[in-house]
Amino acid sequence: MKLRTVGRHFRESLKSLSRNGWMTFASASAVTVTLLLVGVFVMIMMNLNKVAEDLEKDVEIKVLVELTAEKTEISQLEQDIKSVNGVANIVYSTKDAELENLIKDFGENMGLSDQNNPLRAAFYVKAQVPQETKKVADQISRLENTHSVEYGEGKIEKLFSFLNGARNVGIVLIAALLFTAMFLISNTIRITILARKREVEIMKLVGATNWFIRFPFVLEGMWIGILGAILPITIITFLYYNLYKIIQPYLEGEFFNLLPLTPFLYQINGLILLMGVFIGIWGSFMSVRKFLRV
Amino acid sequence: MISMKNVYKKYPNGIVAINGINIEINQGEFIYVVGPSGAGKSTFIKMVYREEFPTSGDIFVNGINFAKLKSKQVPYLRRQIGVVFQDFKLLPLLNVYENVAFALEVTEQSPKVIRKHVMEVLDLVGLKHKARMFPTEISGGEQQRVSIARSIVSTPKVMIADEPTGNLDPETAWDIMNLFEKINRRGTTIIMATHNKEIVNTIKHRVIAIEGGLVVRDELGGDYGYEA
Repeated sequence: MKLRTVGRHFRESLKSLSRNGWMTFASASAVTVTLLLVGVFVMIMMNLNKVAEDLEKDVEIKVLVELTAEKTEISQLEQDIKSVNGVANIVYSTKDAELENLIKDFGENMGLSDQNNPLRAAFYVKAQVPQETKKVADQISRLENTHSVEYGEGKIEKLFSFLNGARNVGIVLIAALLFTAMFLISNTIRITILARKREVEIMKLVGATNWFIRFPFVLEGMWIGILGAILPITIITFLYYNLYKIIQPYLEGEFFNLLPLTPFLYQINGLILLMGVFIGIWGSFMSVRKFLRV
Repeated sequence: MISMKNVYKKYPNGIVAINGINIEINQGEFIYVVGPSGAGKSTFIKMVYREEFPTSGDIFVNGINFAKLKSKQVPYLRRQIGVVFQDFKLLPLLNVYENVAFALEVTEQSPKVIRKHVMEVLDLVGLKHKARMFPTEISGGEQQRVSIARSIVSTPKVMIADEPTGNLDPETAWDIMNLFEKINRRGTTIIMATHNKEIVNTIKHRVIAIEGGLVVRDELGGDYGYEA
């Protein structure tokens, strides 16, 4: 295809956008509604995912050290824990530090002091893969000089299975939404092309190749996709910007956060635009195909 | 240049439209295809520009064997055949000039060449001064002249017309026939299906009569032969 022809197709596609004003509006609206739904959904999903990841990262194993353990034994234990498969990092906390933490959390009036500190020194261990926490914990509990190992047994498994479930449901919902959207849009575009069946028929009579006929329609679909993406992008940007400004201050200092504005807004808006273009092109391609069978 | 050998066409609904036709048409001929409605005229015409494909038999146009022609190559065949219809088939959103230029744009020619050819044929059909008007703004006869201009702008060797005067008043019909004569004299083969007795009997050419899917008469300078 010559460059000149590509230029012609671009001009034609833009012309027919304005010539078929109402149909363009209808198709673009269908794209808008869909992209807005998908966009809001993806926005929520990605943030839930972020929170879930933060929660997962926060899961740690507390290894309590035997009271009788000597200093050298403790550093030996540290070495042993480090050599356990799947351990990401390890932090040591002396019994005094543990007591301080306890007092900080529950106040001074528990009658505990440095002299009669019943607490044990502890190691805080994080697993490389949060889901493997249980396995790592089991291995550590078998080491010498460990009194006990705590990692929120039972609760963690429940959290992980809940988060996994939520993710899967989200993916299925997004897929279903996109699928419905494509049918909705390809149907709208099909109606617009049906109205131009005669045009296609004449193009074929004068000897237009299938690609020559298809190209302006496909470009038109692309424009419709881009037009349809404008409003969702604006709304999502506005919505997330404000949500972030309102919610994020409350999450300051927490161990989970929302996705920061800068990469996220570009990502989600790029995704919306891409989906719009893809839906538009695919929709016209499928619709025009029907009329091209010679 | 056009030949049909033992051509047979049965539609999926079981109707046999063409029941064994053998025809030879030479370059530069002017042919009337006549016959009652439903006799197979339209099917015959459609098979020449490969809108319909025969169930069996061979068709050659310009030395192209239709049986061996891939559907991908059909557009290139269509550019060698001009078609004119009873209902003109113009694009309502394009003006006269654009409607004619359309047939050349498809062949990806340069705008300069397109412009030259389009103005030439618009001159030939006498519509140069209405190039910027839209189909709805001109008369039926003028619309048909635009569609004729479109069909010959790519200088095809064959021109096919399916009842080109069917929607026109008698006087305009004669204008159109004069135009066809002019085009035919330039060496273009014309195949025209018609119900117009007066035209066939006045401007004498080869007449092919089709009835029940068969050629019942094929005579040079023949009459229409049916009561109008």
